[in-house]
Formats: sequence, C-alpha cells, structure tokens
Amino acid sequence: MDTAAVEVVDLVKRYGATTAVSGLTFSARRGAVTALLGPNGAGKTTTIEICEGFRRADGGRVRVLGLDPVADASALKPRVGVMPQSGGVPTGARAAEWLRLMASFHARPIAPDLLLERLGLTSVADTPFRRLSGGQQQRLSLACAVVGRPELVFLDEPTAGLDPQARMATWDLVTALRGAGVAVILTTHYMEEAERLADRVIVIDHGSVVAEGTPAELTGGRREVCFSTDSPVDTARLESALPAGSRVVSRSVAGDHREYTLTTEDPGALGPEFLATVTAWCASAGVLAEDLRVRRRTLEDVFLELTGRELRER
Amino acid sequence: MTEHTFGASTGAASENGDTSLFAPAPGAAPMWRMVAAQTGMELRVMLRHGEQFLLTMVIPVLLLVGFSLVSVLDVGEGARVDALTPGVLALAVMSTSFTGLAIGTGFERRYGVLKRLGATPLSRFGLLAAKTLAVLGVQAIQATLLCAVALALGWSPSLTPLGVSAAITLVLLATAAFSSLALLMAGTLRAEATLAGANLVYVLMLGLGGVLFPTSSFPGPLEQAVSVLPITALSSGLRAVLTDGTLPGLGAFAVLAVWTLVGGLLASRFFRWD
Repeated sequence: MDTAAVEVVDLVKRYGATTAVSGLTFSARRGAVTALLGPNGAGKTTTIEICEGFRRADGGRVRVLGLDPVADASALKPRVGVMPQSGGVPTGARAAEWLRLMASFHARPIAPDLLLERLGLTSVADTPFRRLSGGQQQRLSLACAVVGRPELVFLDEPTAGLDPQARMATWDLVTALRGAGVAVILTTHYMEEAERLADRVIVIDHGSVVAEGTPAELTGGRREVCFSTDSPVDTARLESALPAGSRVVSRSVAGDHREYTLTTEDPGALGPEFLATVTAWCASAGVLAEDLRVRRRTLEDVFLELTGRELRER
Repeated sequence: MTEHTFGASTGAASENGDTSLFAPAPGAAPMWRMVAAQTGMELRVMLRHGEQFLLTMVIPVLLLVGFSLVSVLDVGEGARVDALTPGVLALAVMSTSFTGLAIGTGFERRYGVLKRLGATPLSRFGLLAAKTLAVLGVQAIQATLLCAVALALGWSPSLTPLGVSAAITLVLLATAAFSSLALLMAGTLRAEATLAGANLVYVLMLGLGGVLFPTSSFPGPLEQAVSVLPITALSSGLRAVLTDGTLPGLGAFAVLAVWTLVGGLLASRFFRWD
C-alpha cells in the first residue's frame, strides 16, 4: 500500500494545435478523496480520461495504483471503477438489468439491489435508461462505478445537474467509500462539493495546477468583512483608516449599489477592533453599510482569485 | 414518486455496514460468465427494440406470407413458397447481422457505451464474442420462425445432409461478412449516418439481391454486377440448396469470404470506439 493511488508527473496532452494539459503534476493518496477543481475547459476530464486509460498522454508519466494505465490496462480494469460525465448505458437497457450486468463482470460485487436502494433507484429498477431523469442516470452511473468493489474510483462531475437530495445521496456514498478505504478521484466545479468531500483539492486552470492543498490550507482559515451600500465610498480613504496592509475591493451589484470586501494582510488583524473601525468610519462618512458581516473565506473566493472572474467559453 | 427517499448513512451501525459493503475486494469474473452476461444483454436489447424487431421479424414474415399467397410477383417456377423462402431467409440473416448490428453498435458508440464497456474487465474480444453470439441467437429465432411459417404455407424444401451443411456454412460465412461490414460502418460513421445508410442498404438489397425473385430475371450486365453482392451470394446459394436441390457454386463461398476479409481488415483498422 506504499504507492499512491494516482501519480501524475509533467502530463502533457494536445489536441491538434490546442494544448489541453500542459505539464500537470499531482498525486492522490489511497483511501482519500482528491478533488480536481477547475473551470470548464481546464483539462480535468482529459486528465481523468488519461488516468482511466481512454486517452494516451503526449508527454509525462502517469501511474495508477503503481501501474501504467495503457500498458497494464487489463490488470487495472477490475480494480478501478469509472463514472463518465454522461452516457455509457444503452438507452434501451433497464436500470437494474444494466447494474446486474456490470456486477457480473466482477468476482465479488456488491449486491445490485442493495446499491439501487442506497441510491434511491429501487422504484425505477425496471425503467429503461432513456426514461430515467438526468439525476437518476447519474446515480445509476455512479452505482456502476462502485459495484465491483474497486480500490479506486474516478468520478467525472458526479453531481453535475443533480437536485439537492440526489447530491446529498452522492456525497453520502463518496464519504462511505472513503470510510471503507477506497481512493476517490473526482472532478467538480462546485466549490461546496470540494470543500465538503475532499481531503485534498487540486486547482487546475489552463491545463496545469495553480494551487493544491487541503480545503483549510487553501482558504488559509482567513476571514473578511463584507458590506454593500448605495452611498459612494472612497475606498482609498477607507483603506487608510484601517490597519496597514488592509485592502478594500469593490464590485458593482446593481446600479449604484456596490459590494465592498475588506481583507487584511495579517489574519490576526481582522478582529473585533477592525469591525469597530469599519463601522466608525462608515458613521463618519455617512455610509449605511447593509448586509455587514464577517465571513470565512471559502474555496470559491480562492478559486475566483486564482482563475479570474471572467466567463469562460467552453 | 419515491425517488427522494435515500438510505440514511448516519450512525455508527450503518457506518460499520458501509465499511464492509464498500471495502475493496476487486477481481474480474471468469471470461465465460462475462461473455454469457453480455450476450444476454445484447439479445434482450435487440429483441426489445421496436424498429429492429420490425426489420428482423415482422417484414420477413410479411414478405413470405404476402408474396406466397398473392401472385403479383413473378417469383419463378414451382410453388411460390418454395421459391420465396430461401431469399427471405437470406434477408433475415442480413437484417440482423448487418442492419441491426450496424445501427445498434453505431448508437452504442455514440452514447459512450462501447467506451464505458472498455473500462470494465470485459475485453474487446469478449464484447465481440458476445455480439456474435447474440446475432447468431437472433438468427436462430428468425430461422425457426420463418421455417415454421413457410412449412405452414406448404413449403417442401429439398433437404440432403450435404446441402444442409452447405447452407449452414453459407449462413455463417454471410454472417461474418455482414457483421464485419456492419462494424466498419458503425465504427467510422456518425450514428445518424449509420442509421440512414444501413436502412438504405436493407431496402436496396431487398430489391437487387435476389431476395424475392432470382437475379437470373435481371438483364445480363445487371445480373453480373449484383452477383458479387453478399446478399446475392447468400440468397442464390440458399435457393440452389433448398429449392433446386443442388449445391451452391464455389463462387458464392468465394464472394462471401472476400467480403469478410475486406470488411474485417478495414473494420479492425478503422473502427473507433468513441
């Protein structure tokens, strides 16, 4: 058990003139949940498909459970579970029938009925795949990935488009897998998902790693003060009233209404006195601070800082 | 709708249960079990599919019954059902091993099923074996059904042990030829193009391939041209055995062998799994 579940070093993948993955390096521990987090087109799916042996790398080294995903494919297949982003099931196959087929490929599978019940699919067991809702299709696909009792599962956007209940069921299952010692690699662009599930988060943008660590390491346990107002705020004067190293960032919410985010360089400087200073300054400047609050920085804040706020085209 | 009732996973008892439920215990099933399970799935999906059922069962039976009872078509000499049955059997073979296989596989490729199966312990060889067995299974059902209907209509085939073995060999060879062409189409074209193309080929072969009447009624050059089609080789070979009581010419075997070889080589070279 000394090898990593997945080890990727300097991975490169090109499609014609575009480079989808450029020098990506990360490793994922056994028995832990690793999240690949990034905007659309960041290279997450390409990376995971190379690990699954579906695509060949143009450069770099990939080891899955210590083996080469292409050369050792037949040794890896029984040990690795795969959930693609969509599809993968014939439209005319019924849910339970397809899961039983997947189970029959393995030596010691989980009882399909148990898994269907666990994922809330019992009532649609005899429904053809094409008549399942998107969320039911996703959950069936997840069941197929784990039915063979794998050591490692790859989940490509397991909760994309799920309703809240279905998302909770999926999170429950991932947590249970981790508890049982299964290594889970998942891609997501939901911050909350990475924050809740992942032992380690790898932030990917433009095909390489821009940050990695535990969710707590990435957010740095930092806090910030936010408020919004219609009154004009002179951010430079507000900054000068605050302890040295403080920053004020504003963004437009609607019309004249702007939101202000106040951060400090030294996490310790953001205490009760800081808040008092902010409210005192607002009083002197005649600014009514609405929705004033102190909040922890989330992974989303870190993510947006790292990858920018502009919309990405797929 | 009870889809929002999910099993709770809180509490020590269920967490212990989860640990043993999901504890890794990987391993592949024996090859025969994988192939048997996949064959069963392929068979069920094929037989359940409405349009495929129409092409493989309903149309051949309707053609056989309709043209046996109504004399609108010059099918040649002798009892009408005797002349028609071999050609309809050939059409049935083509409908499953070419049209049905091409369309089914094309859409499996389009919906990522082939790719997904590629991530399971079932090997590509295992998948091909399962598809072959499923095609042969459907063809066995078709042959039983059509022969029963033909016999009910008064069919009296000439059966000799040698003739029957020649006919079975032709059917197996034709299945190989049609299947390799089906996989070539499904593995290289878009699913919609495969759907349109495979149906078009079905209709063209129905008209040109000696299915309803022998190609000997065609003008010379056309008869020459269609004689190299796999459907013509199969239908004329079956007609020679079952209607005329003679053995098929070596040409029929050669035509089917060449198509198998060419289709198989091209398919193994150009087939794309995703």
